[in-house]
Amino acid sequence: MSVYMLRRLLQAVAVVFAMSLIVFVGVYAIGDPVEILISPDADQIERERAIAALGLDLPLWEQYFVFLSKALQGDLGRSFVFNEPALRLILQRMPATLELAFGATIMALVIGLPLGLYAGLRPDSPVSRTIMAGSILGFSLPTFWVGLMLIMVFAVQLGWLPSTGRGPTREFLGMQWSFLTWDGLRHLLLPAINLSLFKISLVIRLTRAGVRETILMDFVKFARAKGLSPNRVIFVHVFKNILIPVVTVVGLELGSTIAFSVVTESVFAWPGMGKLIIDSINVLDRPVIVAYLMIIVMMFIIINLVVDLTYSVLDPRVRLEAKGT
Amino acid sequence: MNGTAPPTLEVRNLRTHFFTRAGVVKAVDDVSFSVPRGKVLGLVGESGSGKSVTGFSVMGLVDPPGRVVSGEILFQGRDLTKLSEEEMRDLRGNRIAMIFQDPMMTLNPVLRIDTQMIETVLAHARVSREEARQRARDALGMVGIPSPEERLQSYPHQFSGGMRQRVAIAIALLHRPELIIADEPTTALDVTIQGQILAEVQKLSATTGTALIWITHDLSVVAGLADEIAVMYAGRIVEHGTVAEVLDRPLHPYTVGLIGSVPSRNRRGEPLRQIPGMTPSLLNLPPGCPFRARCPRAAEDCREEPPMREVVPGRDVRCFRPHLEAAEEATA
Repeated sequence: MSVYMLRRLLQAVAVVFAMSLIVFVGVYAIGDPVEILISPDADQIERERAIAALGLDLPLWEQYFVFLSKALQGDLGRSFVFNEPALRLILQRMPATLELAFGATIMALVIGLPLGLYAGLRPDSPVSRTIMAGSILGFSLPTFWVGLMLIMVFAVQLGWLPSTGRGPTREFLGMQWSFLTWDGLRHLLLPAINLSLFKISLVIRLTRAGVRETILMDFVKFARAKGLSPNRVIFVHVFKNILIPVVTVVGLELGSTIAFSVVTESVFAWPGMGKLIIDSINVLDRPVIVAYLMIIVMMFIIINLVVDLTYSVLDPRVRLEAKGT
Repeated sequence: MNGTAPPTLEVRNLRTHFFTRAGVVKAVDDVSFSVPRGKVLGLVGESGSGKSVTGFSVMGLVDPPGRVVSGEILFQGRDLTKLSEEEMRDLRGNRIAMIFQDPMMTLNPVLRIDTQMIETVLAHARVSREEARQRARDALGMVGIPSPEERLQSYPHQFSGGMRQRVAIAIALLHRPELIIADEPTTALDVTIQGQILAEVQKLSATTGTALIWITHDLSVVAGLADEIAVMYAGRIVEHGTVAEVLDRPLHPYTVGLIGSVPSRNRRGEPLRQIPGMTPSLLNLPPGCPFRARCPRAAEDCREEPPMREVVPGRDVRCFRPHLEAAEEATA
């Protein structure tokens, strides 16, 4: 097991290193922040002083090595715009995005698993057909449009839920969270629904496919031949088997939800990382963009690792192989 | 069926049909047999002859679009077709147990052996978990699994095929059932393992008085194990009798062909005989004897469906032209 972890760790370091290079060069290529950041009526001397202060007068490779050596000490640069460490800026926004992504994922599981299970067990019932048709809608409707519709209906027409911002927050583990206050939870609801729609559909389809496949297996018939109750057969024998693909996909999806919740955050003015990265791209705030992308890379690596470890808990066959190598 | 005690299982005129979109598949069509206490019935036939569906019908595990259309399944005098699902579940795994064909597929890969055994004990007995575990351990020991305590902690993939089948048999034996239906349980195993398992099962059946239905396509397995044989073809039993009689003096042309296709030591060097043609599709089977297209003795009257009749005392055959000359020859 420790050999396995060590190998994963080395892989992670290599990936982070490669990504830092790609990201740095890529961001350098998309444009010169000087034009945006420095007021047009500044004179030549002021311009040059500003450029030197931002470290933009150095050649690219030198800028990269400055970035890399600072990054190894945990400093991902200062934002040009806010004049604050980019890392702190992002970490401040992270709880908002995290609670949004986790809220959406929990919703996807709580709603998607039962519906998928039902659709898998009774594939021909009208209810199942409705569920499956609904899941196609969930897949294909664009997020921004659904977001606008949610605001239209629940915020504007019915006035049930607020449509923008996080509402009041409460501190927990040194960070500010909305879900700990009632009003904050109400603020969280609409964006979380919006973000979860696609995932609900995904979980429904995965679960249904898993159930359809698993109930045909001999071990299910054998479980019935042992005289077990239908509940035991479905919720222990079938369910534990379909959890394997569901956990894998939902876990990997969690990463992309955190990384790409940009649209939902923009529609609902949710002050998360996605909103920050869009604003930073608009003003070419390089350190923030680079720092954000590096954090996302790290996050994907960690999530992948957690998924693999969870997988090995769920599937005993994987556990053995990991030990063997 | 001598004496007054009813047989453990008596199946009368069982019909199990599958209602598919393409039409009705009469997988089991008018099948009758009985198994007395402590006896072994070999249910023999090719793939698709309806022998497995017969087994599942007795278990009450025929899934839609299939269902038992008519007939009686009398288990110790109780008609199983009239029981509710709850009552049936009470019998399953408890009084009637089943062993499946492929041991690699019958145990749940993500649950430990102890989980899968203890749940079976607890489904039918009000005992503590510790007591259930004890019973599971004893059952594993009984089927010859070494160090059962450790093996309980294992997952199915840590066992070989033969060991997995022993575990499945141990699960079937947990409640000392009166009837075990074994659906080709040794087909997927090595010959040596097959022999060991057959010996174990035979011993258990004899010592506990359990009636056994052994479903197989392998005549050589039945020869050493069963007391009686029922040969199935296209959803019907075509011949029925004791092992010695059916194997030595087969009456139905299909049984004759089946025995002829078994490689044997006595006919070394001779080409194997085979039954020409294929098993007919059970979908929209034409009327008449289903074997007539492949039968060397078929004639005009085989367009009529032959009834099951006793042609020689104690020998039931579903054929107008049974191999009586062979039987007479042997008795003469």
